[in-house]
Amino acid sequence: MPRSVAWTRYNWRVVGLSLLYATFLISAVYGFKHQLVPNALKYPIAILPALPIIGIFGAMGRYLVEEQDEYVRMLMVRQMLWASGFALSCATIWGFLDNFGLVGHADGYWVVIAWFFGLGIGGLVNKFSLGAAGC
Amino acid sequence: MENRLRLLRAERNWSQQDLGQRLEVSRQSVNAIETGKYDPSLPLAFRIAELFDLPIEEIFVSPSTRSSKAI
Repeated sequence: MPRSVAWTRYNWRVVGLSLLYATFLISAVYGFKHQLVPNALKYPIAILPALPIIGIFGAMGRYLVEEQDEYVRMLMVRQMLWASGFALSCATIWGFLDNFGLVGHADGYWVVIAWFFGLGIGGLVNKFSLGAAGC
Repeated sequence: MENRLRLLRAERNWSQQDLGQRLEVSRQSVNAIETGKYDPSLPLAFRIAELFDLPIEEIFVSPSTRSSKAI
């Protein structure tokens, strides 16, 4: 299917933000590793790599606003609901396992990784529940 | 929702892609509506009706009408 203008825009935004994320992450890691970051800037610089990721969430929201095909928009919303359910479930389960000392502590950003993985699950659910209309 | 979209499209020899282009939606949207997996919004239902020059109720079968006929 030819992709919509909104989808193309979304992809370009995600590519740009991903490059920005890589740049910020490498710079922050380098700065902290070589103790180049002054105390006053530690918090802002540590947060810097998170900003493009937040931007990607914004780009997804923008896509939902710009997408003119209501059915395709609905598919994306379903994917996001699956992603949210999956990520929150993983975080809840891991939290209790962690509380009872059965697993190690996980960094908070794993929730985001689980959410993006959940998007893939949502895509598969769309495909298998809707057949040719779901992909 | 049950509908006659596939029949109306076939009468005009249009593919799902053709109909999608005329309605400015994707082929998969047409497929989902035809197979009753997705009920279009009112604006899209009106666009479909205007394209085929028919009233909405001649394209989409009202679920209440359908159940009363079944009784």
